[in-house]
Amino acid sequence: MKLLAIETAAEACSAALLIDDDIQVRFQVEPRRQSELILPMMEELLSEAGYTLGQLDALAFGRGPGSFTGVRIAAGVIQGTAFGADLPVVPVSTLAALAQRAFREQDHRAILSAFDARMNEVYWGGFRVNDRGLVTPIFDEQVAAPEAVNRPGGDGWYGVGSGWGAYAEQLSARVSLGLPGYNPELLCSAHDVALLAAAGYQAGEAVAAEQALPVYLRDQVAKKPREVRT
Amino acid sequence: MRVLGIETSCDETGVAIYDSDQGLMGHLLHSQAALHAEYGGVVPELASRDHVRKVLPLVRELLGQCGEERIDGVAYTCGPGLVGALLVGAGIGRSLAWARAVPAIGVHHMEGHLLAPLLERSGPAFPFVALLVSGGHTQLVEAQGVGRYHLLGDSLDDAAGEAFDKTAKLLGLPYPGGPELARLALQGDPDRFRFPRPMTDRPGLDFSFSGLKTFALNTLKRGLSEASVEEVQLKADIARAFEEAVVDTLVIKCRRAVRETGIPTLVLAGGVSANRSLRRRIGAMMVEQGGRAFYPRPEFCTDNGAMIAYAGWQRLRAGQAEPLKFGALPRWPLETLPPVTPDPVPGRSGLLYR
Ligand SMILES: Nc1ncnc2c1ncn2[C@@H]1O[C@H](COP(=O)(O)OP(=O)(O)OP(=O)(O)O)[C@@H](O)[C@H]1O
Ligand SMILES: [Mg+2]
Repeated sequence: MKLLAIETAAEACSAALLIDDDIQVRFQVEPRRQSELILPMMEELLSEAGYTLGQLDALAFGRGPGSFTGVRIAAGVIQGTAFGADLPVVPVSTLAALAQRAFREQDHRAILSAFDARMNEVYWGGFRVNDRGLVTPIFDEQVAAPEAVNRPGGDGWYGVGSGWGAYAEQLSARVSLGLPGYNPELLCSAHDVALLAAAGYQAGEAVAAEQALPVYLRDQVAKKPREVRT
Repeated sequence: MRVLGIETSCDETGVAIYDSDQGLMGHLLHSQAALHAEYGGVVPELASRDHVRKVLPLVRELLGQCGEERIDGVAYTCGPGLVGALLVGAGIGRSLAWARAVPAIGVHHMEGHLLAPLLERSGPAFPFVALLVSGGHTQLVEAQGVGRYHLLGDSLDDAAGEAFDKTAKLLGLPYPGGPELARLALQGDPDRFRFPRPMTDRPGLDFSFSGLKTFALNTLKRGLSEASVEEVQLKADIARAFEEAVVDTLVIKCRRAVRETGIPTLVLAGGVSANRSLRRRIGAMMVEQGGRAFYPRPEFCTDNGAMIAYAGWQRLRAGQAEPLKFGALPRWPLETLPPVTPDPVPGRSGLLYR
């Protein structure tokens, strides 16, 4: 399995090259500079490993949710690259990728990812780790007020993501956290996008370049003049 | 050299291929007008979301039509325009070029408009004076060559297209109103109202159209308050007077620019240059000045991929190219563009056209 993954949905910019059991990663926290950083990261990873795009099986990207522009940068770069190199694409949830990182680095197995979605809402996803060491969703991802997010049963949950910084109190009241509770600092990485994408590819989840589309979750982004008046 | 062009600066997704030997090989356009119409104007986030769905399907269809996968370079609009929308085309375009190992170039949207008349078989030769009249710009530019532009006059407030759209809106016409207003004006009585010709009574080549919209509003209010009001005819008469005022003002300034520069060639470009009355009046004025006017074909007046492929082709074949990154420049003065050297023939040899 040979796959190149990228992630630019929030403050970080990262790329990961997965070649069978080996994975090489570039990760930088540089808000709003993803469009300058991402292609050189991809190029460096390939050239250091001695690979060309044509030798890969697939590409992958963090398809959101996240910053609208950030998610579209990842989608656009992957669309262009996939079209140019004639490769399929595996879209990966950024909420899942962040949960995967919490498992990979800290061995948490019941994870609630929350990104601050502004406008008093969070992007929200709940995950458990399966026997292959991969996170799987336990409910549909959503955008919701922190007081109204899905409440998973059970206890010992671990919270990750910026949503736990902005709305710790409201979210903690909805679920039964374990110790140490939550970490609002952890950022999504292409490392985990690559791990989840490799499994997704085997499961037949790859799509054509033009289907490499963002998932925003928030779909109401403008009011029609009539609605404004009422 | 064969260049793929991608335009996503506002509410049209345009793609095209321009080839050194075959000229324009094809172009496709998807307009988002219907998407934004319900909102009464362009919603930037919705525009970006639509571009990211449309660019690649259009590129794939275009390459299919051309019957060949080969691309030697990629050009994309990287400003001025809506940042989010620009980033979509730039991201896809720059990455596609990287994956194909071909050079890429970010194109200035207004340079695209300005060079669009050169896509025609009998296009103009440099030097020329260009009137850029679109939704966001009203500029008079002296063009000595590709990338050698000197700004002669600029809009101080609303662009001509913006004035058309705003006036259309207050006349109750659907968005985008410019062409609708022009259509309504055909039924208007040219002698009923006379609107001012802003800034024509003093020297200089700058424009100010925002007052005309207010003038139209006041004329409408006064007209509607009359006892026996024929509302449809009133609006048509206002549309006519408005259009005549804008066209007259543009003609006066263009005549001045041509006289002051001594350049007998005038190029019209940008969305408003699709306006029939403007084209007719500018053509007649240039004949009277002993010169000639050039326009793009109507479909290349408004935003399109062909002008971006062409402008990018001019720069790529001169050896200009972007480093391995992309970005968007929402504000980007035309005069800061690097010149293309040595001065290329602006694509006029018969060879360059099919
Ligand atoms: N026949 C017409 N008469 C008057 N105005 C017109 C006509 N056709 C189009 N327009 C105007 O042209 C404008 C659209 O042109 P264009 O697409 O070039 O502008 P834009 O891309 O939005 O702005 P810019 O190019 O400055 O960024 C709109 O304001 C529209 O109303
Ligand atoms: Mg335009």
